[in-house]
Amino acid sequence: MSVRTVRTIWLRELRSYANSPNAWVIAAIFLGLSGLSFALSVTGRYPEATIRGFLFGPIGPIGAFFLTILLAPALTMRLLAEEQKLGTIELLLTAPVRDIEIVLGKYLAALSILSSMYALTLYFPLLLFAFGNPDVTPLLTGYLVLFLVGAVAVAVGLLGSALTANQIVAAITSLAILLVLWLFNATAALGSPDDAWTDVVTFLALSEHIRDMAFGVFDTRDIIYFLSLIVFFLFLTVRAVETRRWR
Amino acid sequence: MIESRELTKYYGDFPAIEDVTFTAEPGEVIGFLGPNGAGKTTTMRIITGFTPPTSGTAIVAGHDVQEEPLAARASIGYLPETVPLYTDMTVREYLHYMGGLRGMSGARIRSRVDDVFGLCRLEEYTDSLVSKLSKGYRQRVGIAQAILHEPPVLVLDEPTIGIDPRQVVETRQIIRGLGGDHTVILSTHILPEVSMVCDRVLIIHEGRIVVMDSAERLSARLGGVSRVVMDVRGPRAQIEETLAQVDGVVSVEISDAGGRQQFVVECAPGRDLRVDLARRVAEHGWGLVELRAVGLSLEEIFLRLTTEDEVSAA
Repeated sequence: MSVRTVRTIWLRELRSYANSPNAWVIAAIFLGLSGLSFALSVTGRYPEATIRGFLFGPIGPIGAFFLTILLAPALTMRLLAEEQKLGTIELLLTAPVRDIEIVLGKYLAALSILSSMYALTLYFPLLLFAFGNPDVTPLLTGYLVLFLVGAVAVAVGLLGSALTANQIVAAITSLAILLVLWLFNATAALGSPDDAWTDVVTFLALSEHIRDMAFGVFDTRDIIYFLSLIVFFLFLTVRAVETRRWR
Repeated sequence: MIESRELTKYYGDFPAIEDVTFTAEPGEVIGFLGPNGAGKTTTMRIITGFTPPTSGTAIVAGHDVQEEPLAARASIGYLPETVPLYTDMTVREYLHYMGGLRGMSGARIRSRVDDVFGLCRLEEYTDSLVSKLSKGYRQRVGIAQAILHEPPVLVLDEPTIGIDPRQVVETRQIIRGLGGDHTVILSTHILPEVSMVCDRVLIIHEGRIVVMDSAERLSARLGGVSRVVMDVRGPRAQIEETLAQVDGVVSVEISDAGGRQQFVVECAPGRDLRVDLARRVAEHGWGLVELRAVGLSLEEIFLRLTTEDEVSAA
């Protein structure tokens, strides 16, 4: 695999994000709502010096995790769908470039944009330090798990974008996969608590793996879970790009 | 330089191409001629490694397209039929990106980009957004990216389609200039284009190679004037009989289109009988109002070539 090729594709996609309003609008929505949920969580009746309000949302589910799941598909829908729509995929796939290099270049570009959005919220912990005495570990693990959720969401988004030439279809497909992944564990209620099904869905659901880290408990099993999901969806994306050749 | 062995591609049960076998020598310009849907694009997509064949192999610059895809693709410059370009980039940015994908070094990209701007006459548009360019200039950008990395093999799918006539001439000159350094395969459904640009012609019809011949010999076979339309004033039956007696005339038909008396004279292949026909009419003192040669349509050429081959095979 050629790092240089990945870098070439990554740089092009970054420039493309900077030149289109799409990423800016998404960043504005994310930062606006995140700021609101953080502000509400630290100015309420029982304020605490944490970023939990920012991560989970003080009202309803509108925290950074859920916003990531909603917004990542909008960020990634263009990446491969547009290439198929414009036909530029034909030149990309006939260049001396491996399919995995294309997928990684585009994946890293979307992840870079998402990470920059997260980075712009780092003034939340700075405010906590300025006005309170926050616990450092939950801040670190909280941001780590947010990044990992983002990395999964972008991988799913890229898969959706590889499956179709239509950006809207791509976004809806990825959102559907992410929502299922997020809310999977709700189906546990259908069985009895000691069913194998309960264990499986509880293990597979995204929302089950964020709680501990968001509260400052670092567990390598969670890390492995997230990394496996990322690899799994990127692998499917590479295969989806490959099948583009057969159609 | 390019070797295609028994390439076959099925889309479901439908055979897009069957047993396409040919070779192209270094420096040769080969034209694929055929109507839309004949299998030209499919063949090119297999050679460029975009689509895998159902069976058969394609070898480009010594590399099997399926076995060593990266090496094979690195030796090809490709202009797809639709000229797909990223509309949000300038011409220069786009060429730099394509050079990067081909693994060219930064310095080589910079010097080559300036070269291809000159070759493709794009100097005035180097920093224009691709989305602002006309169809003809987009075509040139497409050719520019194809030759950017100086590949030994160029595959150009319908390079002159949909651009205005002046640009067609310029584009043909550019392509003609590329032969010699590059092995070029181009496809077209315009007959004269093949003889203007190509050394050798492959005629593809319904997924099969019907004819493979040099451009000169093909024009000779289809040669010169084959049908003459004459508008003659005079006694109908007598004119018809006289024209039919001219040496080399195969048949004479009369059509009365637009109230005029038109004789459609079918000539033996390769013979120009216009002078003989005009002289004969003049000798009888009839009024010759119009005389013109009519070329064969592409469909008639296929018909002629296919039946011709069947006859020679029998």
